[in-house]
Amino acid sequence: MINININHMNLKRREFIRLGGITVAGSIIIPSVFQSCKGVSVSDNAGSYMDHFEVTPEQLQKVISTALEKGADYADLYFEHTLSNNCTLEDGKVNSAYSNIRFGVGIRVLKGDQTGYAYSEEVTLEAMLKAARTAANIANSSSSAGPLNINEFQPPNFYPVINSWENTSIKEKIPFLQRMNEKVFAGDKRVTKVNAYLIDSSSYIMVFNSEGKLAWDFRPMAVMVAVCIMEDQGKTENFYVTRSFRTGSEFLTNDLVDELSGEVVKRTALLFDATKPKAGEMEVVMGAGESGILLHEAMGHAFEADFNRKNTSIFSDKMGKKIAENFVNIADDGTIPGNRGTLNFDDEGNATEKTILVKDGILNSYLHDRISASHYKVKPTGNGRRQDFRNIPIPRMRCTYMENGPHKREEIIASVKNGIYVDNFSNGQVNIGAGDFTFFVKFGYLIENGKLTRPIKDINIIGNGPQALADLVMVADDKQLSNAGATCGKEGQGVPATFGMPTIKVKKLTVGGING
Amino acid sequence: MNTSEKYTLANLVMDHALKNGADQVSVAIFDSRRSNIDLRDQKIDKLTESIRNSLSIELYVDKKYSVHSTSRMKKDELFRFIEEAIAATRFLAEDEFRSLPDPELYYKGGSDDLKTFDGNLNSIDAKAKIDLATMVMNEAFGKDERIISVTASYSDGISNTVMVTSNGFKGDSSNSNAALSAEVSVNGGTGRPSDYWYENAIFYDKLINTDIGKKALERALNKIGPKKIASGKYQVLIENRTASSVLSPLFSALSGSSIYQKQSFLIGKENKPIASTELTIYDDPFIPSGFGSQLFDNEGLKSVKRPIIEAGVLRNFYIDTYYGKKLKMKPTSGSSSNVVFASGKRDLKGMMETIKKGIFITGFNGGNCNGSTGDFSYGIEGFFIENGKIVHPVNEMNISGNMNQFWFNLIETGSDVLENDSFRTPSLMFKDIDFSGI
Repeated sequence: MINININHMNLKRREFIRLGGITVAGSIIIPSVFQSCKGVSVSDNAGSYMDHFEVTPEQLQKVISTALEKGADYADLYFEHTLSNNCTLEDGKVNSAYSNIRFGVGIRVLKGDQTGYAYSEEVTLEAMLKAARTAANIANSSSSAGPLNINEFQPPNFYPVINSWENTSIKEKIPFLQRMNEKVFAGDKRVTKVNAYLIDSSSYIMVFNSEGKLAWDFRPMAVMVAVCIMEDQGKTENFYVTRSFRTGSEFLTNDLVDELSGEVVKRTALLFDATKPKAGEMEVVMGAGESGILLHEAMGHAFEADFNRKNTSIFSDKMGKKIAENFVNIADDGTIPGNRGTLNFDDEGNATEKTILVKDGILNSYLHDRISASHYKVKPTGNGRRQDFRNIPIPRMRCTYMENGPHKREEIIASVKNGIYVDNFSNGQVNIGAGDFTFFVKFGYLIENGKLTRPIKDINIIGNGPQALADLVMVADDKQLSNAGATCGKEGQGVPATFGMPTIKVKKLTVGGING
Repeated sequence: MNTSEKYTLANLVMDHALKNGADQVSVAIFDSRRSNIDLRDQKIDKLTESIRNSLSIELYVDKKYSVHSTSRMKKDELFRFIEEAIAATRFLAEDEFRSLPDPELYYKGGSDDLKTFDGNLNSIDAKAKIDLATMVMNEAFGKDERIISVTASYSDGISNTVMVTSNGFKGDSSNSNAALSAEVSVNGGTGRPSDYWYENAIFYDKLINTDIGKKALERALNKIGPKKIASGKYQVLIENRTASSVLSPLFSALSGSSIYQKQSFLIGKENKPIASTELTIYDDPFIPSGFGSQLFDNEGLKSVKRPIIEAGVLRNFYIDTYYGKKLKMKPTSGSSSNVVFASGKRDLKGMMETIKKGIFITGFNGGNCNGSTGDFSYGIEGFFIENGKIVHPVNEMNISGNMNQFWFNLIETGSDVLENDSFRTPSLMFKDIDFSGI
């Protein structure tokens, strides 16, 4: 594999600008004469990012000292330039495309656990100083900060890009969506509609804070979606599948299309035979992979330290306590190469890591941002994330998964007399304080006398977080990560997140279904 | 940018696109300002200010279609952006159904102001806002020993949009709103229930500023000690502020794109009964100071008041220009404005008193609906009702059913219409709904 470093990326981007018109809607134009590095010395890579945002080290220092002038403890600047594209196939043709450019800087000022925040879509010194003065109002004394040294932070790159989306023409994307259409239609004669979407984005990120830390990152993202509609004897069924990775356009392969089209056809066809289970409490087996949604909703959010710092999480008093069987180990990892939830550093400029949330059944760590880490006097875990420069960072998950356990998948299914097996979901939610969480099952099976029997679909499952963790009685050894394009929402901010799981059994959850 | 500067830029951009090969163009320029103050436990937790700009352009080039948006407003950059976008659009497949709306259907000016903008909102000073949030905070903070955390917030915002199209539409609209809210978490022994209350208004001086913290606290305390009850069919009363959750699959099934994509359970049901005779819904864009009021929609189509469902009979879908052509249906509008119900005679309490045994739903937790089939299943929170009275809170329960049947089970709509939302929903009462519990 060829790794192209960030500096080259940047040069390529400019080359593209000169070519123009080869992709859907492009980049902004930066004057080639702009030179950031006059007084303070920074590396070429850092310099290229400063050029990108048309700022100088002196300007960054000035904005930070303005942000601190009312006596705050800390300030940071988050520069973002994101280009996103969406191509859509409908009626057998790629006949619409959408693109968006997001560009600006967010300025955050902290005084203890209090936050002042403002952003500007204009990155001029004047506009930045205005936003900095607004954000500074969270503090109400006065102070003056001395000159700041710049410490460049260079973490490992977990998502090296071979072909950037910016250099990928819409012309190169179309054949893959077209192939998806053909493959899905060829898969089953009952198919009546196919929709396919290819969504990509490229983000240039630069973070500078009042500790002098300067970090920069190029973040790619790719999502492919296939939607299948089938009609049979007056009944209509629909299903969709998605895949998403932090990667460039090397994402586009015939294998990917064939995998998605095969899966969507197979699942849609099964829905015609699907039934609904009986309503009420029962044993639930959750298949490897996408079932990680259980971890995300039942415990992941409740482990986010902002809720615990405020004592509003149902897990607020459980640190260091036994909350699950010994074979339960849960991690939240921001370092899995190419994963949708991975970040080279979080949106506060802190290194990401694999954070062990539950170790041998004991609650081991929360997920921290800067404010909560300082409250708990621990090291930040690299979970401070934000949707974009218009929003403040808060503790968020990355890729949350359970490690393998001692059981076998077959053994788990065989242990259930009357219950359900589920492995495909559309959405979930949790109530942090009460602990009630839900997830919506797109597809699964009834389990009768230890065997998977009829397919089931469209049911909601509800449980209580701490109880579900305690009721997690079997864990298999077949861990899989789900690469479905999940987006996690919290306080109005959406961020990409992933999860994973081996096959597990929960002793009792409440399953939506029919009565009588 | 003021409104006239936005028109100038929009026309400039439109002309540039037409000169560079676009056959038809629609340009919208939007800006907004928002401010937000959060107090937590009597201390300022967050102050945020935001000013946003965006320009979006729809291009129709050689029967090919694309949409682009950007927050970068410099003229030269925009020109370059559009040239690239036009070049890229040429790679797409032709789509004979894409075009701007029929100009006959455009709003052409001259209607009365719908009073959706408070020109004074920008001059309210920060201290007044903090004082309001503090008032909300003080209604709850320290009022009960079981309180864990109280958050009180004030927020407001204004926005302005200008739109022009190359076949003759021009229009602008301005909106404002101000809101106060409180969220309270309490220690409930095993769980830590929380709840919220909010008030909002288009005009600052109409904003209700009392009983917000108090209601949030009462609601949180009421949730202490929930119990799950037996699975079965129950009568159900859905509180007005949460009823939009069961309405959203219905509205999604009414849209032209869902119908065309076969993701609607209402295909072919026009002028047929889809609900009990208790359900009458109008789409009314003209309510003075309504939260969804508009003189034209996002394509420029002139607003029209329309029946959606009359005494249970489906009268109108939400059809935009594109799907109208594909479906050979007349465009109405692709999205809802103010959704207005024929309200009933009894209020929430009056309806609750008629329930012998049932469940009062005050919130939904997750769940979804299959658009093609109408099968749904949602997690709920609320209360068990016996002989017209609340017995205890319930938790960990789901309701399930099919939308085609569910709306026929509607037996009463309340008189308690929610006025501070574009969905002006009353509380809704249904019979025989499937619940899963123990």
